[in-house]
Amino acid sequence: MAALLEVRNLCKSFGGVAATDGVDLDVLTGELHAIIGPNGAGKTTLITQLSGAQKPDSGRIRFKGHGITRMPAYTRAKAGITRSFQITSLVLDMSVLDNVALAVQAHDGHSFRFLKPARKIAHIRDTARDWLQQVGLGDRVDAPTSELSHGEHRLMEIAIALASGAELMLLDEPMAGLGPDESARMVTFLKGIKGTKTILLIEHDMDAVFALADRISVLVYGKIIATGTPDEIRANADVRHAYLGEE
Amino acid sequence: MIGFGKSSWVTLAIMAILLVLPMVFYWNGNTFYLSLATRLTILAIAAVSLNLVLGYGGLISFGHAAYIGFGAYAVGIPTYHVFYGGAEGIATTNGLFQFGVAVGISALFALITGAISLRTKGVYFIMITMAFAQMAYYMFLSIEEYGGDDGLVIEVRSKLPLVDLDNPMELFVLSYVSLVVAMLMVRTIIHSRFGMVLQGAKGNNERMVTLGYNSYLYRLVAFTISGAMCGFAGALMGNFSSFISPEMMAWSRSGELMFMVILGGTATTLGPVLGSAVFIVVEEFMSSYTVYWHLPFGLMLIGIVLFVRGGLMGLLVGKGR
Repeated sequence: MAALLEVRNLCKSFGGVAATDGVDLDVLTGELHAIIGPNGAGKTTLITQLSGAQKPDSGRIRFKGHGITRMPAYTRAKAGITRSFQITSLVLDMSVLDNVALAVQAHDGHSFRFLKPARKIAHIRDTARDWLQQVGLGDRVDAPTSELSHGEHRLMEIAIALASGAELMLLDEPMAGLGPDESARMVTFLKGIKGTKTILLIEHDMDAVFALADRISVLVYGKIIATGTPDEIRANADVRHAYLGEE
Repeated sequence: MIGFGKSSWVTLAIMAILLVLPMVFYWNGNTFYLSLATRLTILAIAAVSLNLVLGYGGLISFGHAAYIGFGAYAVGIPTYHVFYGGAEGIATTNGLFQFGVAVGISALFALITGAISLRTKGVYFIMITMAFAQMAYYMFLSIEEYGGDDGLVIEVRSKLPLVDLDNPMELFVLSYVSLVVAMLMVRTIIHSRFGMVLQGAKGNNERMVTLGYNSYLYRLVAFTISGAMCGFAGALMGNFSSFISPEMMAWSRSGELMFMVILGGTATTLGPVLGSAVFIVVEEFMSSYTVYWHLPFGLMLIGIVLFVRGGLMGLLVGKGR
């Protein structure tokens, strides 16, 4: 399978700290690729560079064979990369449906349209409603986003990522702050969509990662120290030493 | 159209009062209230335009008085050249030309200053919009030919087809109709796809960028529409007061417009109109008792901001939209 996303020698420093230190990474079309690593390993910094929110100091990022290293975030989103946020990032003063509808609208032509009420455009609203149904928020569509629970917000993040029609989803700790039941629900859901989308998953929950991932890369102090199948990673001595904490 | 909730009925009722009451006074021989209502209506258009960016866009423009100035000078300067010669090309009392220039220049100024200002956020945006407006203020202050800080008397009002602006009732009706059109325009815009993006970017800009929206462009377009609308209000204001001075563009005037929007209720259709109404009424009646009339206004603003969610509109229809 071809690499949908290729990252070569990516570097990013903050002051003297190298948050991303020569990262090479291939995310293959259709795979669920997890990135694990201890706190402060630079996982979120990597995601922000892939989504375009931050620019790398050096290195290259290619998506579908095209260089996107200097491309602004909104153009990358149009090209087919979307991300969810570790700290929930939603428009809190809009309804649940409005939030997802904005994601659908984003790839339904340009939005410099001033006359027709957006909430009356059936195909956008219906598509958004379908995605919310799929993540299990079908009965919450009209609620103000601010009234939903943390777990529901995490599901909204996923619904928005799916609704944006992206080929590559960068999921930054979708299980963060979820209880065991909610986590299990999220894992089941991600298993369901696995294969239909290419997913780069950052996650602390090891059970979830090993249950979901096709391949895993281990990031430690800004460097990828190993990439492989869950079994290979489990068996890798460096990983056990650096991360899993076993001698 | 959009669903009819309580706020829609309140809006219709207040707008009906604003139309009928001054007329009743006028026909009973009291012209004062018609004049007061005309000024209120014109300022309300400016406040409605500001609300598009401030209320729905979350962009706190501290320079909207500049557009009122541009609009009024767009009436004053062509008229001045009709009476005192010079600048043949623009010397005219043709209202369509004057209003066209008012809207065009304002849109252009908004586009250029917006393109720069919108690269900043928060307090910096507030300061830079104010700085651009002050530049316009000092520019007119320094042009001796147009009266400098003494201002410019507008000798005759704009000549428009169908309406005679020398007739106070017709000037009022034109202003009122313009206000209604402005309110409907903003309402239509904010419910459109464009408006959804604008409001989304107010709530969470990072999210909108992640979805693929270049929110900078959406904000710039909104800022330009708002400036153009406010320039139109300025042209009406020039006709109403028959006088224009740079003082109308000063930063304190921009502040007053912000007060009106925030007092009335940001991101509501009627809020800016209510805010202007209260402002005009307080100014008119308190200033005859005391030169410190800003004080009760300020206290009221503090009270509303602290204790009522959604300004006067929130007080009238309860919180929410």
